[in-house]
Amino acid sequence: MSEPILSTKLYVGIWATLICLTVITASVAFVDLGPFNTVVALVIATLKALLVVLFFMHVKYASEKLTKMVIIATLFWLLILLFLSLADYGTRAMTRT
Amino acid sequence: MASTAIPVEREHYLNTDYGIRSWLFTTDHKRIALLYLVTITVFFFIGGFFALLIRLELLTPAGDLVLADTYNKLFTMHGQVMIFFFLIPSIPAVLGNFLVPMMVGAKDLAFPRINLLSWYLLVAAGIVMLHTIITGGVDSGWTFYTPFSTAFSNTKVIEAGLAIFIAGFSSILTGLNFVVTIHRMRAPGLTWSRLPLFIWAHYATSIIQLLGTPVLAITLLLVVFERAFHLGIFDPTRGGDPLLFQHLFWFYSHPAVYIMILPAMGVVAEIIPCFSRKRIFGYSAVAMSSIAIAVFGFLVWAHHMFVAGISLYSAMIFSILSYLVAVPSAIKVFNWTATMYKGSIHFDTPMLYAMGFIGLFTMGGLTGLFLAALGIDVHVTDTYFVIAHFHYIMVGGAVMGYLGGLHFWWPKISGRLYPEWLGKFAALTVFLGFNLTFFPQFILGYLGMPRRYWEYPPEFQVLNVLSTAGSTILAVGYVLPMIYFLWSMRYGKIADANPWGAAGLEWKTASPPPTDNFREIPEVSWEAYNYDEIPAPAEVPVGR
Repeated sequence: MSEPILSTKLYVGIWATLICLTVITASVAFVDLGPFNTVVALVIATLKALLVVLFFMHVKYASEKLTKMVIIATLFWLLILLFLSLADYGTRAMTRT
Repeated sequence: MASTAIPVEREHYLNTDYGIRSWLFTTDHKRIALLYLVTITVFFFIGGFFALLIRLELLTPAGDLVLADTYNKLFTMHGQVMIFFFLIPSIPAVLGNFLVPMMVGAKDLAFPRINLLSWYLLVAAGIVMLHTIITGGVDSGWTFYTPFSTAFSNTKVIEAGLAIFIAGFSSILTGLNFVVTIHRMRAPGLTWSRLPLFIWAHYATSIIQLLGTPVLAITLLLVVFERAFHLGIFDPTRGGDPLLFQHLFWFYSHPAVYIMILPAMGVVAEIIPCFSRKRIFGYSAVAMSSIAIAVFGFLVWAHHMFVAGISLYSAMIFSILSYLVAVPSAIKVFNWTATMYKGSIHFDTPMLYAMGFIGLFTMGGLTGLFLAALGIDVHVTDTYFVIAHFHYIMVGGAVMGYLGGLHFWWPKISGRLYPEWLGKFAALTVFLGFNLTFFPQFILGYLGMPRRYWEYPPEFQVLNVLSTAGSTILAVGYVLPMIYFLWSMRYGKIADANPWGAAGLEWKTASPPPTDNFREIPEVSWEAYNYDEIPAPAEVPVGR
C-alpha cells in the first residue's frame, strides 16, 4: 500500500464541504422550486459523490490502469441502468395515447 | 502447531494444521473453499426440504397438506435460500475459491483475509436467514415485489431483506478478489489467451457480482426503509412508483442468473476437452462469449416485466435485446459439441454431468427465447412454464455444472477417488429425476397452471404427480454424492496428481495440493488445453 498522499487539511476541508452541501440540501428542501426540486437535489448529491470518490477514495491520484478501468466500467453500467429505465419511463405516455 | 512427523513432500493443506481454530482463522483459499462447501451444502438441504414440501402439497389438487399462508412462505424461502445461499456462492465460492489461484499459478487469492471475511459475511447472513425462517418466515416471494412487501405482508420482510443484503457483500468481496487475482497474479508466461476458460467464466461472473450486487443491496435497503419508516419510494399512494422497484430489482436479479450459469459453463469447458482428449474448439470465441453474456445480461432485465405495465416501446426493445443473449450462449453450446466431434470420448462421471448440462441448458435457453417473445410471454407469464424454464437453467444448468465440477476436482480437493460406478449411477439419477420433475411443468404452464398457488384444478393432477415423483428421485440423486464423497475421504482410493490426464496448472501439483499450491512457481510456455501433448491416463483412474 502506498503512503497517504493527501494532507489532513485537505481531508478536513473536503469533510467540511460535504457537511455544507448536506445543510444546503436540507434547506433547499424547504423551498419549492417546482420541477427543479429533484434537479437541484441530484446535482448536489452528484457533487458530493464526486468529492468522495475523487479524494476520499484517492481516485484523483490513481495511476493504476485497473482502477481506471473499474471506474469507467462502473459509470458505464450506471448509464445502462438509467438509459434503459428511461426507455420505459420516457415512452409510457406514448403507449397510453 | 505444524506436525513434524509428516515429511515435507507429503505435507498438504489438509494436514499442515489441525483443530477448529486452524479452520476458522485460516486464510488459505483451499480451506476457505471447504468452509464454503460445508455451509452451502447445509443451505442446499434446507432449500431442498422446502422444495419437497411444495411438491408434496401439489401432489393433490386440494390444498390439504399446509395452509395457503404456509405455502406462500415455503416457496418464498425455497427461492431465497436456494438463490442467495446456495446458487450464487456455489461454484464461485467453492470451486472458484479452490481453483482460481491454482489455475493462474498463484499461492493464494490477492486478498486472503478479505476472502475469509466473505465467508464470515455469508455465515452471518445465513444465521439471520435461519432466524427469519425459524421465527415465522417470510411470504413476499423471493422477488420482494412492492407494494406487497412494503405495505401488506405481515411477515419478516425486513429481516429477510437484511440477510440478503449481508449475503450480497460476501458475493461482492469474492468477485473483487477474483478480478484482482486474475489481473495481477498470473504466473509468468500465462497470458490472457492462455488462461483456462474456467478463469474467463469466473472473470465474467466477477464483473456481474461487482457491478450488479450493489444495486440489489440499495434496492433492498429502500424496501426496508419504506416498510419501516413509510417513505414514498415505491408506494404510489405516497408518490412512489412500484415499477421502479421491479426495474432496480431485475437490474441485478436477471444478471444474477448469469452469476449462477457462467461458472457452470466454465466447469463444462474444462470437462469436455479433458474427456474428449481434444483442444477446445474455438478457444477465443468461448472466452469472449463469457464476457458477452456478462455485458448483454445487463441489457435485458425488463423482460421480467412485460405484463407489469411498462411501455410497449421499451417492451419491444427489451424483447429484442433478450434475443441477443442467445447468441453467445449458442456459441458455447456449438463449440462444446464441436469439441466432442471426432474426440476420444470417455463417459466418466464428470463427463456425464457436462453432457447433461449441455442438453438441459439448451432446453432452458430455448424456452427462454419463448419467454423473450412478447406474444408468448403474455400467455405464459406467472405460469409453471416460467418455473420449468428457470429450473432448467438454474438446476439443470448450474447445479449439474456444480456437481460435475465437484466430481472432476474431487481427487484434487480430497486426494481420494470416489466410487466411479456410484458416481455414474447418481449422475443418471439426477438427470432422470430432474427431467421427470420439471418437464411436466412446461406442459402444465402451457395449459395455464399459475405459479404460487397451493391448490389447482383436478385435471392438472397427473402431471403434478409425475413432477412430485421426479422430485423424490432427484433428491436421491443429490443425497448419494454427499454420502460417497464423505465415504471416499476415508476409504476412497488414493488419487495421484493428475488422475484424469487433464491439462491445467492445478493438475501439475500434488493431490491434495500443498498449502502454497506449488513447490515452485510454474512458468507457462504452452497454450491451454494442449491435449495433443498430454497422454491419456495409462492406469485407468476409477474403473472406467
